[in-house]
Amino acid sequence: MTDTRERFRPADHPNDHFLLTTVVGSYPKPTWLNRARDLRDDDSSAFDDEAWNEAVNDASRVITHEHEHAGLDVVCDGEMRREEMVEFFAERIDGYEFNGPVKVWGHNYFDKPSVVSEVSYDEPWLREEYEFTTDIAERPVKVPITGPYTLASWSFDEAYGSEETLAYELADLVNEEISSLVAAGARYIQIDEPALATTPDDHAIVGECLERIVADLPDDVRIGLHVCYGDYSRIYPEINDYPIDEFDVELANGDYDQLDVFTGGDFEPDLGLGVVDVHTTDIESVAQIERNIEHGLEIVPPEKLTISPDCGVKLLPRDVARGKIENMVRATRNVEADLDSGDIDSSGT
Amino acid sequence: MDRLATTIGLFPLPDGQRERLAELKGHQKSDLIDGDEARATRDAYAATRRHYIDRQREAGLDRLVEGQGRWDDLLAHPLCVHENVRTGGIVRYYDNNNFYREPVVTGELTASGDVPSELAAAAEHCDDLGAVLPGPYSLAGLARDEHYGSSAAFLDGVADFLAGEVTAFPDGVETLTLLEPGFATEPPDAAAYERIGDAIDTVAAATDADVLVHTYWGTPGDDLYRRLLDTDADGLGYDLVTDPEAATTLAAEYGAPPRVLLGVVDGQNTLIESQETINERADRFAERAATDVDAAYLTPNTGLFHLPVSKFEAKLDALAAATGGAQ
Repeated sequence: MTDTRERFRPADHPNDHFLLTTVVGSYPKPTWLNRARDLRDDDSSAFDDEAWNEAVNDASRVITHEHEHAGLDVVCDGEMRREEMVEFFAERIDGYEFNGPVKVWGHNYFDKPSVVSEVSYDEPWLREEYEFTTDIAERPVKVPITGPYTLASWSFDEAYGSEETLAYELADLVNEEISSLVAAGARYIQIDEPALATTPDDHAIVGECLERIVADLPDDVRIGLHVCYGDYSRIYPEINDYPIDEFDVELANGDYDQLDVFTGGDFEPDLGLGVVDVHTTDIESVAQIERNIEHGLEIVPPEKLTISPDCGVKLLPRDVARGKIENMVRATRNVEADLDSGDIDSSGT
Repeated sequence: MDRLATTIGLFPLPDGQRERLAELKGHQKSDLIDGDEARATRDAYAATRRHYIDRQREAGLDRLVEGQGRWDDLLAHPLCVHENVRTGGIVRYYDNNNFYREPVVTGELTASGDVPSELAAAAEHCDDLGAVLPGPYSLAGLARDEHYGSSAAFLDGVADFLAGEVTAFPDGVETLTLLEPGFATEPPDAAAYERIGDAIDTVAAATDADVLVHTYWGTPGDDLYRRLLDTDADGLGYDLVTDPEAATTLAAEYGAPPRVLLGVVDGQNTLIESQETINERADRFAERAATDVDAAYLTPNTGLFHLPVSKFEAKLDALAAATGGAQ
């Protein structure tokens, strides 16, 4: 595929090596934004849609800049307009209804929707988010978007009777949305498929979904795929055949116990490596993250390595999220310098 | 065939208590249940337990369960609160969008009394209680062993642990359902069948209650099924939602115990089954079984925490209605 990575190297990048730093997507919302939401949802409050839009734009601005101040090469706005990765899209797709929250783990829930009739594209999903963020950002903007397999798998299916059929229908809608984003200028799209690698053989469904998603997209659009908390042996080496530029994966939470799934020298796409655990409030030290980054070099050479947190960081306290990302960027720049000097072997083995 | 409406537990937290407990405990790995909760948290779970009992009674279920609202780590809970177990990273719960803290067993699994104390609290409000535990094979499969040294010794250790818990159950427990989804999701090697059967016998010997062994998300293999028929369990459970043909075929080929648990309601879909659908699924099973089935517990195929509260309650009502309950 076209080299879609080098364009994201900042003009003032300090090292010869360039390990692209980015985030997976979500970020803790400022406390005041949550209070604003409560006011918006309170019928007795005078807080209207105009005030809400101002608040959410302000939050988007603040978090985008927080990412930039942390030194990330590619940023997003922390998904300030989104409450949850399935709900947000299901609210915008005809055919879904909501019946209340369901548990994911511990006290973390989401409003798992039910598909009760044929799904169809109604209104743009992310164009407003992308256009606003790219307008206020000085760094390039990535657009994370929940993938069709996850949208299907994390819904109750009352209508189709086949998760596969539902996923393909949704893939066509995702293609429509991404085409719109690309027309608006987006060049880095990340498909989030946390449902991948959770059932045997789901890689084939996701492969077909991705083919539908990238149909007719320009070659210079960087397509990433984010996967987390699965059994990766189920999807490797099959992902090597996916039409993607980058495969981003959670590995820090399990202390890299699945690293050997991907080692062996045949890893095809760029690797987006999770180097901080998003489910612990301990901020990993720069030295620890440097060691984590070096695990990535066991899979790919530096020119194919992207550095990110394991997953979205929205469940962390905001200062912890910021601390992790700041340390992640520092560690990455240190590893680049060590690669430049030869202190770290860059052979990728 | 007598039909009794019940569930296999693992209920969703009720509206109100869900938010209250999240506020009391927090959202991180370290905030989850460790067996030593603060007073306010204990009170919230006690209220949850009473609510579950009341709601099951209102629906008209024939056998009530404690509901396991406190089981943050789902079926791994009995280990995650044990003093000789530490909890590791969060890991995926079977093939679902659910996660639990992986229990790492670092010492002997002595009886902990955690589940008996929950059941004793429920028994204060209900004198005809169904207990639900993970079966020894599935519980061992959810954990990591750093103490027993072999999968065989670990399975035995987990079975002894469960037996110790069951011994301490209160008098009001009439049935014990051992959940063994692992038989379908991580099928054991044939060499382990005998030991798995013995492990179930170890647990069954610890109680006078009727013991049912329920496999879901599929079926046990043929030979394992035959071994299960030979255990001291009083009945077996069949998932008639995931793969009804496979489950029914086992009963047609090898027979079924006189008492069965039939998963006739989808615990993971908001679509609510009609009375007709529920009874047709049970009838079809009984007709095809090679041996007579005297009594069937009609239940969801899985725990019900997968559903939003409104649909969870609708499933309780549907089960009770199918057997002529209050609704």
